[in-house]
Amino acid sequence: MAQTPNKPQVRKRFRCDSIASVPQFTNSPTMIVMVGLPARGKTYISKKLTRYLNWIGVPTKVFNVGQYRRDAVRTYKNFEFFRPDNEEAMKIRKACARSALSDVGTYFMLEHGQAAVFDATNTTRERREIILSYAKDNGYKVFFIESICDDPEIIAENIKQVKLSSPDYIDCDKEEAVADFLKRIECYKVTYVPLDDDKDSHLSYIKIFNVGSRYLVNRVQDHIQSRIVYYLMNIHVTPRTIYLCRHGESELNLVGRIGGDSGLSPRGSQFAGALGKYIKSQSIPDLKVWTSHMKRTIQTAEALGVAYEQWKALNEIDAGVCEDLTYEEIQANYPEEFALRDQDKYRYRYPKGESYEDLVQRLEPVIMELERQENVLVVCHQAVMRCLLAYFLDKSAEELPYLKCPLHTVLKLTPVAYGCKVESVSLNIEAVNTHRDRPANVEVSREPEEALLTVPDHI
Amino acid sequence: MTNCPTLIVTVGLPARGKTYISKKLTRYLNWIGVPTKEFNVGQYRRECVKIYKSFEFFSPDNEEGLKIRKQCASAALNDVRQYLTDEGGQVAVFDATNTTRERRDTITRFAEQNGFKVFFVESVCEDPAVINENIVQVKLGSPDYTHCNTDEAVEDFMKRIKCYENSYQTLDEVLDRDLSYIKIIDVGRRYLVNRVQDHIQSRIVYYLMNIHITPRSIYLCRHGESDMNVKGRIGGDSGLSLRGKDFARRLGQFIQKQDISDLKVWTSQMKRTIQTAEGLNVPYEQWKALNEIDAGVCEEMMYEEIQDHHPLEFALRDQDKYRYRYPKGESYEDLVQRLEPVIMELERQENVLVICHQAVMRCLLAYFLDKSAEELPYLKCPLHTVLKLTPVAYGCKVESIFLNVDAVNTHRDRPENVEVSRMAEEALYTVPAHQ
Repeated sequence: MAQTPNKPQVRKRFRCDSIASVPQFTNSPTMIVMVGLPARGKTYISKKLTRYLNWIGVPTKVFNVGQYRRDAVRTYKNFEFFRPDNEEAMKIRKACARSALSDVGTYFMLEHGQAAVFDATNTTRERREIILSYAKDNGYKVFFIESICDDPEIIAENIKQVKLSSPDYIDCDKEEAVADFLKRIECYKVTYVPLDDDKDSHLSYIKIFNVGSRYLVNRVQDHIQSRIVYYLMNIHVTPRTIYLCRHGESELNLVGRIGGDSGLSPRGSQFAGALGKYIKSQSIPDLKVWTSHMKRTIQTAEALGVAYEQWKALNEIDAGVCEDLTYEEIQANYPEEFALRDQDKYRYRYPKGESYEDLVQRLEPVIMELERQENVLVVCHQAVMRCLLAYFLDKSAEELPYLKCPLHTVLKLTPVAYGCKVESVSLNIEAVNTHRDRPANVEVSREPEEALLTVPDHI
Repeated sequence: MTNCPTLIVTVGLPARGKTYISKKLTRYLNWIGVPTKEFNVGQYRRECVKIYKSFEFFSPDNEEGLKIRKQCASAALNDVRQYLTDEGGQVAVFDATNTTRERRDTITRFAEQNGFKVFFVESVCEDPAVINENIVQVKLGSPDYTHCNTDEAVEDFMKRIKCYENSYQTLDEVLDRDLSYIKIIDVGRRYLVNRVQDHIQSRIVYYLMNIHITPRSIYLCRHGESDMNVKGRIGGDSGLSLRGKDFARRLGQFIQKQDISDLKVWTSQMKRTIQTAEGLNVPYEQWKALNEIDAGVCEEMMYEEIQDHHPLEFALRDQDKYRYRYPKGESYEDLVQRLEPVIMELERQENVLVICHQAVMRCLLAYFLDKSAEELPYLKCPLHTVLKLTPVAYGCKVESIFLNVDAVNTHRDRPENVEVSRMAEEALYTVPAHQ
C-alpha cells in the first residue's frame, strides 16, 4: 500500500521492519515499461499490476503517457494526431514522454516510490533507448512488459470496454470512434519494432502473447521481477464473478467478543440457509467455494450443499492475548495496546498475534489463486474480508482496516474495464454490528469512555 | 490440489540438466505436499542392459538398441500409470530425452488414454562450458562409466550426444502450440511458457524460473540457547542464555572465517534469533515466516506440564507429529506451507545464513535433504550447531559444525507408547533433561 509519510508513532517492540517476503529495497527502484500497439491491454496490465504491488507493500505508481498527452492537447480531433509524419504532434508526444519520465524520477527520489509503471506504446527502439538511457543515468532497473495480440475479437472487445468511453471519444458515436481508433492503431503499426529476442537479449522483459496463452521471459534480474512475472502469468481476462462474505453471525459475535472459534448463532444459521438460496438463484457455472479452517465459516458453507475447500490462510486475524475478549475487556486489561492499535491499525500487531500487514502477506497466495480461478465464493472473516476487498478495490493501508464488511452481506465483485464493479447484497437477516470506527482520541492517555465510544452494541 | 494427475515430461539432449531438474522438482513438489515420483528411463535401460559398452548403443541405426530403448520407455510409462492411478501419486516426472515429436506423441496419447494432464519441460543449452561442467559433475560418476578414465568417458559421452542431435526436434512454437510446456534456455536466461493449464503447472513454472545452478552455500542454524530452552519450556519469546550469547559470538567468528562473499543473513522475528544475529555485526533481514511453530495452548509449557494438562493432545501428537496441530496453534504441515516463500527465495539467492528455530530448521532441512513427512519432525537439529549445505551433483552435501558451546538438548524422540491410554512416565520417557 502506498504509505503516507507521516504515520503516527508506534512504540517499537521486536517487530518487523520489513516483511521479507516482499523484496528488500536497499537497492534500486524498478521502472516497468509497457510495450505494445494500442488496445493490447497495456493500461489494463499497468493498473492491475500497480494495484497488486501496492497491496503487497511495494509502493508503485502508474505513469500513463496518454494522460499527459490529454493534458497537453486539450481536445482530441482524430487519428491524424498519431500519424508518424505529423511533426508537430511528434514533438508534443516526445515532450509528454519526457515529462512522464521526469515525474518517475520525482516519484522515486522524493516520494519513496519503489516501482513505476511507464504506460505507453513504447513501440520504437528509439523510444525505448531514451527510457533505458534515463534509467541508466539514474540507477533504476528496467523491466519491459510487451503485449502482443493479433486476435481481432480480443482487440474489438478491448475497444468496446475501454476506448469508446475514453475522454478522446466523448463526442463521437460508436462507429466513428471504432473507425478512428482502428486507424490510430495503423499509425503505430508502421513503425512498431517488437522486442527482439536477439538484438534485445540483454534486456529484462516478458512478452505476453494473445492474452496469456504464451509467454517469453528474458533475464529476470531479481525478486520483484520474478514476482511480477508470476503475477502476470496467473491473471486472465475471462469474465467471472467473485463473491465475498463473512461467516454467519457467530455466538461470540453476539456477545461482542473478538476472535475465537465459535459456532453460528441461530441467526447465523439462518444466514447460511439464505446464502445457499441466493447462490442457487445466481445460477453460477462451476462455482468454487472457499472457507477458512474455523467452525463458523465451515458451518456457513455446509448449508450450501456444495463442495468447498478450506484454506488455513483465510483464518481470521490472530488477536493474540486479546483473543476471545470484548473491547471493554481489552480496554480494561490492555489500555495501552488498545490505543496503539487505534493509532496505526494497519501495522499494529496484537501481542502474540498478527497485524493487518501480516494478514496481507498470508493472504497473498489466496489472491494469486483467486486471480487464476473464475467464479469463486469466499466465506471468510471481517479482517480477512477487508484485506481481500482492499486488493480488489485498490484501498490504501489507511483505509483497509476500516472498510465496512457487515455480517450477512454478500459483496459481488465483477471485473469491468480497468476496475471492479461492486454490488452489495444484504440477505435480510438481522445481525449484530461488529464494525468499530476509529475513535477521535487515540492517545494512550485517553479515558476509557473515549476509547470505547465507537464500540458497537452487543449482549 | 487438482483432480487429474499430471505427467511432467522432460525434453532435451543429454547433459542439459533434465535429471537435475526432474529430481529437484520432485523434491520440491513432495515437500509442499504433492505426491510426486520421477521415472528415469536411463535407469530402466541400465537394468535391462546390464553392461554399458559404448555410445554405439545409442546410434540411430542400432536397431537392437532402439528396440530395447523403446521397451524401457514403455515399461517406465507402465509404472507411471500404476503410480498415478493405483498408488495415489499426483505427479509423475518422465525423465528421458524425448527428443522426437514421434516419441512425444506416443506419450501424449498415453496420457490422454489414462486421463493425465501433460506438461513438457524442455532444456535447451548450447554453452559448451555448461555442458562440460554437467558431464564432470554427473556423467563421470554414472554407472555407465565406472570402468573408464575421465578422457575416455568424456569422449564417449560427447559421441552419445551426437547420436541424438540429428533427430532432435525441439518443441516448436507453431507445430506444438497446443501443448503445455516450458522451454528453459541457457540454464534460465530465457523461458518460453506455453498454455499453462492449472495451478500446479503454474507453481511448477514459478519454481523452475527461480532455481539456478550458481555454486553457493546455505548455512542453517538455530538461535543460541535461550532461557526457555534451559528450563525445558517450548515456544515463547525469550532472550538468549549466557551460553546462547557465547554461541552468537562464536557464530560471528565462524562466519568471518568462512569468508563468504555477499552473505545474506535471515532471522525470524523472535528475540532469540534476532539477538543471535546481532552478534554477527552484519545486516540481517527478519522474516515472520521463520518464526517457530506456534504451540497454541501449549506455548511456554514444559513437556511435563503438557502431559499433565493435555495428555490426550500429547499422545495424538506422538501418533502423527507431522500433521498434528496444537489447539490454537500450528502443525508441521502448516509450517511447511508458511515456509514455502522462504524456500523460494532461498532458491533465488546465493550465499545465505538462516538463523531460525528447531521445528523450522527441520522443515527447511527436510526440503534440502529430501526427507519424508514421517522423518521430518524427528530430524536432529541441535543447538549451537551449524549445518552447511552445498549443492553437489543431484543433491546436497551437508557438513555439521558444532561451535563448541554447550547447550541443553531439546530433541524429544518419539516414545514407544503413543497410545492415549499410556502412563505419564511412558509419555515423558524421551523428554530431554532440563533445569
